[in-house]
Amino acid sequence: MTFADHLPILPIVIPALAAPCALLVMRRRRGLGIAISLVSCLAMLAAALALMARVQDGTILAYAVGEWPAPFGIVLVADRLAAMMLVLAATLALIALLHAVVTGADRKGWHFHPLFQFQLMGLNGAFLTGDLFNLFVFFEVLLIASYGLMLHGQGPARLKAGVQYVVVNLVGSSVFLIALGLLYALTGTLNMADMGLRVAQIAPAEQGLLRIAALLLVSVFALKAAVAPLHLWLMRTYAVSTPAVAALFAIMTKVGVYSLIRVVPQVFGDGAGAAAWVPAPYLLPAAMVSAVIGFAGVFVARSMSEQAAYAVIGSTGTLLIAVAGWTPDSLGAGLYYLAHSTLAAAALFLVADVAARRRGGFGDKASPGPGFAQRSAVGLLFMLAAIAATGLPPLSGFIGKLLILKSVAALPDWGWAWGVILTTTFIGVIGFARVGSAVFWKRADAVEATASAASRADIAAPIIALALLAALSAGAGWASAYANAAAQQVLNPTASASAVLEEGVR
Amino acid sequence: MTYEFLMASAIGVLVAGGVYLALRARTFQVVLGLTLISYAVHLFLFASGRLVLDRPPIWDAVQGGALAEYTDPLPQALVLTAIVITFGMTAFVVILALRSFLETGSDHVDGDTVPCDSQDGMADGDAQP
Repeated sequence: MTFADHLPILPIVIPALAAPCALLVMRRRRGLGIAISLVSCLAMLAAALALMARVQDGTILAYAVGEWPAPFGIVLVADRLAAMMLVLAATLALIALLHAVVTGADRKGWHFHPLFQFQLMGLNGAFLTGDLFNLFVFFEVLLIASYGLMLHGQGPARLKAGVQYVVVNLVGSSVFLIALGLLYALTGTLNMADMGLRVAQIAPAEQGLLRIAALLLVSVFALKAAVAPLHLWLMRTYAVSTPAVAALFAIMTKVGVYSLIRVVPQVFGDGAGAAAWVPAPYLLPAAMVSAVIGFAGVFVARSMSEQAAYAVIGSTGTLLIAVAGWTPDSLGAGLYYLAHSTLAAAALFLVADVAARRRGGFGDKASPGPGFAQRSAVGLLFMLAAIAATGLPPLSGFIGKLLILKSVAALPDWGWAWGVILTTTFIGVIGFARVGSAVFWKRADAVEATASAASRADIAAPIIALALLAALSAGAGWASAYANAAAQQVLNPTASASAVLEEGVR
Repeated sequence: MTYEFLMASAIGVLVAGGVYLALRARTFQVVLGLTLISYAVHLFLFASGRLVLDRPPIWDAVQGGALAEYTDPLPQALVLTAIVITFGMTAFVVILALRSFLETGSDHVDGDTVPCDSQDGMADGDAQP
């Protein structure tokens, strides 16, 4: 085996090594800790890009951990979708890390960088694994790290929201385990590819149990993705988190969406008897409700970070409207929108922080405050982020929504989907315009800016995020072609199953 | 009473108690509820390999090797993993609940700033001698 053969496990190994190193050096030399974190993120990005290049022609890389053959040992699977998510996670991590370092947010506690790395390890592992129990373990890794990151900086508001966040996710983990236990009892395997083959042979008497297991599993993923009615934990958690952390959390809901996209076609696809496409009837209404709730929240939000949190829910809803079609076209459009909406949500959180840091005691409240430095520049950034989040031209949100609208037009419920997407876009535009004009145009008289002499460099991170969105729209042809190819690969589970299981036979 | 019945009813009772406690308003009860739910989940995972008595967790191909002659070892490994994770999570949530109580002065999960004593009827002084 050459080094290149170990490529699929690198995105997990790199942060796993970097986290303890950062932990060891952080206390004495902060600079070294930052350097380790930064190098690790860059290495992850490089590994993810290398993986993307390897799988671009449709290869499915299966990596048997410890050389244990596939249905028995844990297997990592890298295909187009996984590589895309890895690149997205590494890019987002770099932006969030840059913002945290520039604004000094990583100095508010001892363990920011180690937790950050563990979070990335959990994310990358969840994207790569081909084993359901391993998926649970990586979910736990990313959750445990996210608890720490979410509480980073402390304070009563964070602790209060933290208790709710942890409790909700503990319940979610329990349900996940029950679903796994049922699926294992029914199929005798935990490997996703193997399970996809075995669900077809389940006896008729046990079809009901299979259906229950499938629905439990899907509801856990829906909880992680914050789909209505399981979205209630998200707003408070994201709105009170340190903004750099909230920007990274933008990809956490996408982990739920990713797991849905990965597991449903592979395990509960056409051959699954009573569980075939079992979430399909519920997913579209739930997605539409979350889109409406999200953008209604954008409309009424009291602060910029709360608005960004609602935008996360709304964009996940929009994304799932596309996913719920389960056709290659709609899923491809959804994947393009997924990449876009992750970066757009991160940009919103970062811009909110940039404004809050300049407004002193006014924070990011949606009320007129004092004038502040670089007001027009920050206002412009907010406008661009809002354009991206709502999906107006010229940024990639427009292309993403256009692709979704075009692809769902072929589906039976397209009228509802069109209505919801277009209406929520309109509501979102008004909501962002309201907050933007209150914060950046109106000026409260007789109040002097109490803002500290904040470093002006902190607008760098949101600028990079927005530049990436611009790049995503400039390179939309290539990106959407890649997303479509990834969608086709995901919806053809037999190819992936043979790649995974033959690796085991070798 | 069969082993299966005992197991199933134990899981059922634990889940019922756990759900009731997890829906309570105060953190300590919620933590206890989550613990009960996790016990139930562990028993459930254990049962997912089928309940087999007095059999080794190794399939002995030499001695006949009927599949009924061994206990599935994988659920035991899964339960072990789940126990470790749950243990860590429970420790974390206890500390978090404690910090939250100390910083906000309220142990309500939903963040109400109700003083602690007023909900038990203790504020009326009936607990005082």
